[in-house]
Amino acid sequence: MATTLLLKHIAVPGIKSLDVYRNMGGYASVEKALRTLTPNQVTEEVKKSGLRGRGGAGFPTGMKWGFLAKPEGVPRYLVCNADESEPGTFKDRYLMEHIPHALIEGMITSSYALGARKSYIYIRGEYFYVSRILQHAIDEAYAAGWLGENILGSGFSHDCYVQVGAGAYICGEETALLESLEGKRGNPRIKPPFPAVAGLWGCPTVVNNVETIAAVCPIITMGGEAYSKIGIGKSTGTKLISASGHINKPGVYEIELGLPVEEFIFSDAYCGGIRNGRKLKAVVAGGSSVPILPAELILKTAQGEPRLMSYESLAEGGFQTGTMLGSGGFIVMDDQTSIVKNLLTFARFYHHESCGQCSPCREGTGWMEKLISKFLTGTAHESDVDLLWDIQSKIEGKTICPLGEAAAWPVAAAIRHFKSEFLELARNKSYVEINHYKRLQPVS
Amino acid sequence: MSAEVHGTQKFDATKRTQIVFSASAMALVQKLISNYPEGKEKSALIPVLHIAQAEFGGWLSPEVMDYVASVLQIKPVEVFEVASFYTMFHLKPVGKCVLEVCQTSSCWLNGAEDIVHYIEKKLGIKVGETTPDGMFTLKVAECLGSCGTAPMLQCGASYHENLTYTKVDQILDQYASEGRPRYYTDLDYTNTL
Repeated sequence: MATTLLLKHIAVPGIKSLDVYRNMGGYASVEKALRTLTPNQVTEEVKKSGLRGRGGAGFPTGMKWGFLAKPEGVPRYLVCNADESEPGTFKDRYLMEHIPHALIEGMITSSYALGARKSYIYIRGEYFYVSRILQHAIDEAYAAGWLGENILGSGFSHDCYVQVGAGAYICGEETALLESLEGKRGNPRIKPPFPAVAGLWGCPTVVNNVETIAAVCPIITMGGEAYSKIGIGKSTGTKLISASGHINKPGVYEIELGLPVEEFIFSDAYCGGIRNGRKLKAVVAGGSSVPILPAELILKTAQGEPRLMSYESLAEGGFQTGTMLGSGGFIVMDDQTSIVKNLLTFARFYHHESCGQCSPCREGTGWMEKLISKFLTGTAHESDVDLLWDIQSKIEGKTICPLGEAAAWPVAAAIRHFKSEFLELARNKSYVEINHYKRLQPVS
Repeated sequence: MSAEVHGTQKFDATKRTQIVFSASAMALVQKLISNYPEGKEKSALIPVLHIAQAEFGGWLSPEVMDYVASVLQIKPVEVFEVASFYTMFHLKPVGKCVLEVCQTSSCWLNGAEDIVHYIEKKLGIKVGETTPDGMFTLKVAECLGSCGTAPMLQCGASYHENLTYTKVDQILDQYASEGRPRYYTDLDYTNTL
């Protein structure tokens, strides 16, 4: 039986409310931490758990917490990154919308570990209604004494606030998020200094993804050691996967890391196979920025081993034949999909979302979008594939923040695995758009 | 505020004097400001701009931005540089209901372009245009985090998901009869859509 931790009680009626959440064992991590553990012990448990950042980078959370500077008399902050904007990713929204207290509980427990008197949840502006759900949960938590002064008589006091953004992918980058939280344009900062030393308003700050913070609750409740036994190798615990595209059952699934990719796509417990009886063509496994893989490489590694849903297995083979777990935005494409057209939607996205600070990204994303468009309007030459490759190779590693890489990787991977599609479009100069609506929404 | 902002919109001193938050909006603004430490009032800028946009006709005129600057006690240019950075702020007049159809990957895979064409045909406008009666503006948007329920569109604070042509008809009818979308400020804790 698959282990679920975050979504264990998702089907319980009223789990959105504090009372029901509490009845199902909610806020146990706050009780345990504040009554029996020191802040450092909480951090130690998180280190032991092997939890890795669930926003996309996969950096060990306990280690990140360990970097937090603790100068005397300077406030420290915990900031939750709820600016979920990576195309293909909607797991944080699902968690916050349905079990908002899982995040609030995690915010309190994590803030206790970090010694943060105040914390902020920065949520993307489009998730207006989710911010209201969170605010309601926060109000309930205050009324019940889980937030505010002297929580559980422990002497620990904490305030938690929600702030909405206003539509900018770049604000998911932690330093851009902090700029935005300070009421500025979302331009990423040059690092160092890292937020752990100089973050929000120049104070030491930890920025963690929604799912990461929520995962702290089961870790503290069950113990870091027990959590580390779930999953596979260095990919410990469970992960929320946002499944979308041409599958029978799109949605958010909590998987134990190590689940075979094939089972995830074809089992009725998860995606339920490819829609309308079509065949699998390609998968973007971890949000738009990770390399796309053709069916044969997503199901099996180049060595013929079954590919697993884990940080290591998905990365097996590097970028030549592998990809990344990323944010868990799992986009599935059937055999009628134009990889080039899909790539155009990504390129357009990154062009739109580049903050404009660094020339390689600001200009390069625009050039890539234009070039890819040429293939779809019958104006491309075969040599444009090489030009496109050249442009993407000149963005990576030359920008302040990783948006440059995020824009370049999908282009590189599409050319690496589907070059013939580009060449065919350049030769035939005839791209025919399939009527997706008719194909996917058959009139009954 | 400089005489000219964003090419076409000019600052009008007469209009500026007429701009003031309603009592309820002002209360919300004060509450937001209190979320931040003293001296960090500027942090409330983005949420306050959302309120201003909902209060003053769905877009941020130079006069409104100037007013927001005075409320937060910051320079007008600090408001403009933020308002011009974020996609959700409109610096030119828009229709009462701005329909934003997501077009990124998963939505495209599920027929977002067909939905856009359908709305274009139905309303008789192209992407970026507003209907002559000023009711609808049609836009395309980049990933709105609704990939599992694609295709989708956002209007005001509402998400409309798993779109079909019939559903689009219903949505347009509903907004046409109500005359406005639901804004950020409409949502209290009990009314979360």
